[in-house]
Amino acid sequence: MNNAVQVMGERYVGCGADAGEIIIEGIPGNDLGAYLDGADITVFGNAQDATGNTMNNGSITIHGSTGDTVGYSMRGGAIYVRDNAGYRAGIHMKASIGKVPALVIGGQCGSFLGEYQAGGYIIVLGLNCDGIPVGNFCGTGMHGGKIFLRTERLPDDLPPQVVAQKAVDYAELDEIMPYIDSYCAKFGVDKAKVMSKPFYILTPNSKNPYKQLYCYN
Amino acid sequence: MPINYIFPDFEVRRDQDRCIACRACERQCANEVHRYDEDLKKMVADESKCVNCHRCVSLCPTRAIKIVKTDNAFKENANWTGTLISDIYRQAESGGMLSTSMGNPTPLPVYWDRILINASQVTNPSIDPLREPMEIRTFIGQKPDSIKRDENGRIITDTTPQLELSVPIMFSAMSYGSISYNAHESLARAATELGTFYNTGEGGLHKDFYQYGPNTIVQVASGRFGVHKKYLEAGAAIEIKMGQGAKPGIGGHLPGAKIPADVARTRMIPEGTDAISPAPHHDIYSIEDLRQLVFSLKEATDYKKPVFVKIAAVHNVAAIASGIARSGADAVVIDGFRGGTGSAPTRIRDNVGIPIELALASVDQRLRDEGIRHRLSLIVAGSVRSSADVVKAIALGADAVYIGTGALIALGCHLCRTCYTGKCNWGIATQRPELVKRLNPNVGYQRLVNLVTAWSHEMKEMMGGMGINSIEALRGNRLMLRGVGLNETELRILGIKHAGE
Repeated sequence: MNNAVQVMGERYVGCGADAGEIIIEGIPGNDLGAYLDGADITVFGNAQDATGNTMNNGSITIHGSTGDTVGYSMRGGAIYVRDNAGYRAGIHMKASIGKVPALVIGGQCGSFLGEYQAGGYIIVLGLNCDGIPVGNFCGTGMHGGKIFLRTERLPDDLPPQVVAQKAVDYAELDEIMPYIDSYCAKFGVDKAKVMSKPFYILTPNSKNPYKQLYCYN
Repeated sequence: MPINYIFPDFEVRRDQDRCIACRACERQCANEVHRYDEDLKKMVADESKCVNCHRCVSLCPTRAIKIVKTDNAFKENANWTGTLISDIYRQAESGGMLSTSMGNPTPLPVYWDRILINASQVTNPSIDPLREPMEIRTFIGQKPDSIKRDENGRIITDTTPQLELSVPIMFSAMSYGSISYNAHESLARAATELGTFYNTGEGGLHKDFYQYGPNTIVQVASGRFGVHKKYLEAGAAIEIKMGQGAKPGIGGHLPGAKIPADVARTRMIPEGTDAISPAPHHDIYSIEDLRQLVFSLKEATDYKKPVFVKIAAVHNVAAIASGIARSGADAVVIDGFRGGTGSAPTRIRDNVGIPIELALASVDQRLRDEGIRHRLSLIVAGSVRSSADVVKAIALGADAVYIGTGALIALGCHLCRTCYTGKCNWGIATQRPELVKRLNPNVGYQRLVNLVTAWSHEMKEMMGGMGINSIEALRGNRLMLRGVGLNETELRILGIKHAGE
């Protein structure tokens, strides 16, 4: 690729970029696409921590794995990770007016997935594993948005802020189907394989965890 | 079963001879204390709803109303005060955390009031600021390690980005949502006219206020509300909020019910959703991580804007500030335990954190000892109440101060400490349109300008009295301060002598 950028751990690649396409060969450093505002970033390799930090718009596609806190506080755009993500993926992801962000992780991810999630879609496909594709404390403090886990069974330690339901038919997955189609197209994955396992949908418990009872003095 | 009755704190005293039953008090009170009784043909009051905000007192055309503290009392007890007893009743009834607003009202020491300022007599004559120039202009930002000169011997003055303050007083971070549109407009316009800065807090920047960007500090906190590229570019500086003096160690929660459309748009979240700022930044676990956020913000704004890091004054504040100095930040903001807030758990507000005076003195000393004081500016907040407090803060080593509560008082706040209700009768801590319009920004901004102008005159008088004509000569000049009634440890931390020494 002629317009590809060769990198070796440089931080802040594409920071705040609002248009165009950035193609990266090699391994970008932390904060890839931080505050991204409309550009499309593709990485042929792995990415490190804080990919798509506070991203507003655009897309990040990683042909590999990414580190911790991918998509922290993102409020728009989409991130596709072919393989795995580290800890705290999608933490405090939120929606915005007219914007619903999405984070698609093809493999597995570490603990604290979607902690404090306030909006948007987090989709974990677990394509490269047989067990549960997420670590501990998935969705702690979640108060908005949805997490979709492709798995036979749920983690044992789902927090009380989360309600999990098995998708009984594909209609329940309609809202994320465009993201799954994009994932399959980007990484050449057979959609039938993706759909061969059940999905669980995690939503916030309507007994809002933050509506703690206060009394005033 | 116990009876959970808490006697109202206040009595509404109405002089019936003066009352003309015009019902102004009734219209003015969002807490619905006053009403006209058709049978009695007179105004009556339900003091259990009164928060003592003085709106009715101030607006009563015949001065018929006053609010007095009730003399209803529990049996006297120096340990179990009436407040503590009532708090236990409230919690036994509700199971809730005690929550409140504004700064710590407890009678803990106010060190400002134990510090006295020097003046010149006979030698080193005092200076009259009306007659002679008096420089209080302040630059916030990193200062170079050494003076560099070009080939002609001229000093090279290109530095890292600096904020130029015509007066070393800025307005503290208060978000749109915690305070009203009109309050924000007042602060923004006042900062612009004064040649200083106000701070958005973590609530985003309203589209109408981008025009005040050159005098705006935009805040980035753990929830990252309203943070996007144009927001970062709009401000003159960016402040990373790690902590707040009123509630060190905890985050914030603006309930969805308090987020109308305009606030939601500014925070960039859907209307009616909860806005939760978690206690930590989830990408910051170390000074190295903080450095990464500092530089991501610099990167996003082409290294054109200073980045501040705001922390609460806590026990190890000096070591933390030393770390921040090494993070690449251009200024550290230290917020003392008396700082205000729209809402905080009472026990945290009243028991966590340390006084700003001690924090400031120890941070300044630590950074000097380590030879890195010039690497960042030091801004203090958390109850700077007067021009004398500003002078003392600068003499203890601060570059500038933030005022929040003082600015709100200038706008009409009566410190009733019930911001959490969203029913501020003065149009400040509310989003109700009928209340917001009570704060006229044309008047509000002028009052802020008046306040800061008055304080700067007073500062110049005090500086002149000391024989100092430049704020740079006052900064860290602890010889200009003496303590009264302080013990040796306090004096050592403050780095000042006792009065008479």
